[in-house]
Formats: sequence, C-alpha cells, structure tokens
Amino acid sequence: MASAQMSFMKRWQPQLIWALYGVGLLPAVWAFYQGATGGLGADPVKSFEHLLGLWALRFLILTLAVTPLRERLRINLLPYRRALGLLCFYYATFHLAAYMVLDQALDLAVVLEDVLKRPFIMFGMAAFVMLVPLAVTSNRASIRRLGRNWIRLHRLIYLAAAAALLHYALSTKVLTPEQWIYIGLILALLLYRGVRPLLPRPMPARSRAG
Amino acid sequence: AEALKTIPSAYKVDDKLTPKKDVTSYNNFYEFGLDKADPAALSGDFKPRPWTVVVDGMVAKPQRFDIDALIKEFPVEERVYRMRCVEAWSMVIPWDGFPLAALLDKVEPLGSAKYVAFETVVRPAEMPGQKGLFQSLPWPYVEGLRLDEARHPLTLLAVGLYGETLPSQNGAPIRLVVPWKYGFKGIKSIVRITLTDKQPVNTWQAANPQEYGFYANVNPAVDHPRWSQASERRIGESGFFGAGRHPTLPFNGYADEVASLYSGMDLKANF
Repeated sequence: MASAQMSFMKRWQPQLIWALYGVGLLPAVWAFYQGATGGLGADPVKSFEHLLGLWALRFLILTLAVTPLRERLRINLLPYRRALGLLCFYYATFHLAAYMVLDQALDLAVVLEDVLKRPFIMFGMAAFVMLVPLAVTSNRASIRRLGRNWIRLHRLIYLAAAAALLHYALSTKVLTPEQWIYIGLILALLLYRGVRPLLPRPMPARSRAG
Repeated sequence: AEALKTIPSAYKVDDKLTPKKDVTSYNNFYEFGLDKADPAALSGDFKPRPWTVVVDGMVAKPQRFDIDALIKEFPVEERVYRMRCVEAWSMVIPWDGFPLAALLDKVEPLGSAKYVAFETVVRPAEMPGQKGLFQSLPWPYVEGLRLDEARHPLTLLAVGLYGETLPSQNGAPIRLVVPWKYGFKGIKSIVRITLTDKQPVNTWQAANPQEYGFYANVNPAVDHPRWSQASERRIGESGFFGAGRHPTLPFNGYADEVASLYSGMDLKANF
C-alpha cells in the first residue's frame, strides 16, 4: 500500500508540485472574492490582512516541518519544500500588500512611521525582508551558483520564523488559544534544530520508492 | 430585543451611523470569547432579565435597583455617540440610556467619595469565555471613573441601541458609555456600582499597566506601545477597497465638552 503510494507520488511529482501551488493559492483567491463581495464581516480589510498573514504562517510551519518529518517519521516531503516556502513568501507578500494598499491606502509616511515605531510591525517587516533573498535564490541556478553558501543563506529562515512569531504574538491585546497553537508549533520546530545533535541519529531516509 | 420608549437628545454627532448589523456582530466582550463574532454567536444562554444593579459604597442611600424599574423611572434618551476602540477601529452608535449622574443622585454620594467603581456579572454557566481551561482575563471585569467624569452629562448608562433593549453581545441589560474614552472603559452587563475614595483598578490596566491606563482618554498623540492611535478604521462605512480611515480626534471629538476635566494634567503620563 505504502509503496504504491510512494511510486504514485514519484511518478506524478511534477504535477503534484504544480497542484500544490494551485491549491495553496486558493485561500487567497477565496478571501479576496469574499472581501470584494462583502463576505468578510464588519471589518473586511482587517479580516483579509489577518487571513493572509495566517496562511503565510501556516506555510512557514509546513516548510519548517519538512526536515523533522523526514528524519523522525520517514515522511519525505523534500520535493515539495520549495513550493511550501514560496507559498509562505507569496502570502507574506499579499499580507504586506493588503496592509499597505487596503489598510493604509499607500500612505507611505504612516507605513514608515509604523515600521520604525511599532515593534510588532518592525518584526513583521524584518521577517518579510529576510524571506526576499530566500525566495529570489530558490531556483536551481542559484543553488548551483551559491553551492555551500546557499545552505548558509537559507538558514535565515529560522531567524525569519522567530521574527514572524514575535510579529504574530505582539499583534493582539491578549494571546488567544489559536495563537498559542501556532506559537507552540513554530517554537517546537525551531527547538528541534537546536536539540537535533542530542537526539538519536535520524532514521535513514528511504533510498528507493519501493 | 424589545422596543424602548425614547426621547430625543441634544447629544448627537452628525457622522453616518454604523449599521445595526455591524454594531451587533462585531464586539469585544471577552466573557463570551475572544473573536469579534463570539459575543453574538455565543451569548444565546445569557439571561439579562431579571436583573438588579447594586449601588453602594460611600453613599447616603445604598440601594439595589431593578433594571425595568430604572428604565421606567428615568427618561431614556437617544444619543448618537462615536465609539473608538483602543484597537484603532470606530463606530457611530445610537445608544438609548440615561445619564449616570441621574442614578448617582438617587443614592446621594457622600462628600468623601472621589471615584466610582463598576463590576460586570460573573456567570460561567451563561458566559463561555468565563469557563474552561483558557481564561483571557480575571473575572469579574472591573472599571472605574473619577467622580467628576462619572457625573459628566455625556457619561451614559445605556440600556438599548437603535431604539431596542441592548442585545446580550452589547452588554445587556445595562452598560456604561463614556464616548471620549476608549471602548474598554464602557463596562458591560453591570451588577455593581461602588462609590469610593480610592482610585479603582480597571481590568486592562491590571492586565498590562504599560499599555492601558486608568484614564484611557482617546488621544491620537499617545500611541499604544504596539500600534498607532493617530487614525481609525470606521466600521461599516468603508468597504474592502479603501479602508475608510479617519483621523482620530483628541477626546474622540468631545474635547470642547470634556478637556476642562483634565486641565493641568499631563495626559502622556496619565494615559
């Protein structure tokens, strides 16, 4: 059964990756449609912003989960990691765009003041800025050209995740149970990197699909 | 909600009213849950009748008032106030109620009374945010005003909105409305009002004194430590495109009426 699944995944991998992009972007399309047609409640701009940010966080968590899933549960989602990471970046971009265009009506002076004065916006902006070089170098050519430095550069995701976590945690008056779940997941995934040297050796990755 | 008999009032702002649907579906009332939609969705078990309010402390005649007797006794005025939340959104709401001063007169505050403390009902069986493992704030929710603020003619005890008795999600059956202060000062579902000579602690100030003060006067020049208070999103007025930002006004636009209450005070220190 499992091997049949594996070979299916392997055979249709390129198509599955494209499907992931398509399905992954659906929440943004749906939220935009809802917002434009009055389906996002009394404060639609805020709801829209919030939804986009939440999806960025979800894809960030999935991206960070790829390695522990592979090493501890032998679930290999490595072929999908780039798509998950890029989806996180796309949602972070939409989130920022919604804030600048819909919320602040492109009043750049206000945006600049927000970024310089508000810790929670500062952390959010820092997370976004760190995601940019990761997204730009997510192609094969960059991986080849940067070699070992590519891996070093992409460790920036941990710092970006920490900044995103602070941004999320500081944005509300009190932390909701939902926020605790996301914060817990991100902390656990970051912590995993810290304690990995102390853990038993990762299970060997399945070398072949069957 | 039942229809209320109201009389017109001079206290009416000209701003466009926030639709009733938004006023009654977008609420901060953590006793019912943290999401803005929770109070409307989760307040079905709440019983706002029968209801009494105790007024005690430093008064000559402490009393327990029945809500329906109060509504009969005091003429209920319709007042259109701006409401500015500390989270930087705002509404324009037609409240129905009577001045807090009228109630205070009934109990005859003593000369020693300097402050008024308020308390919300605690009913975990009817208020899902008050039960369970996760509790957002310590209950009861408490608030306070200086006596002169409490006696100001703008300070209202609301028993309705849009001409009908208050829905549970808006603080049924009786709540405070202080239009020049952030919305969290408007304590809901009041069961006790106590006159005192000590400045009362309010729930949000106790929870986070760096971010929320006793006064909580709307002030665009004093930012919340984590977000700006310079402007606000007017709920219901704007759609998805164009957030309908309004500049926030000192004392929420009521400076002419109330600024004198704070003359000589450093409003940055007393936020």
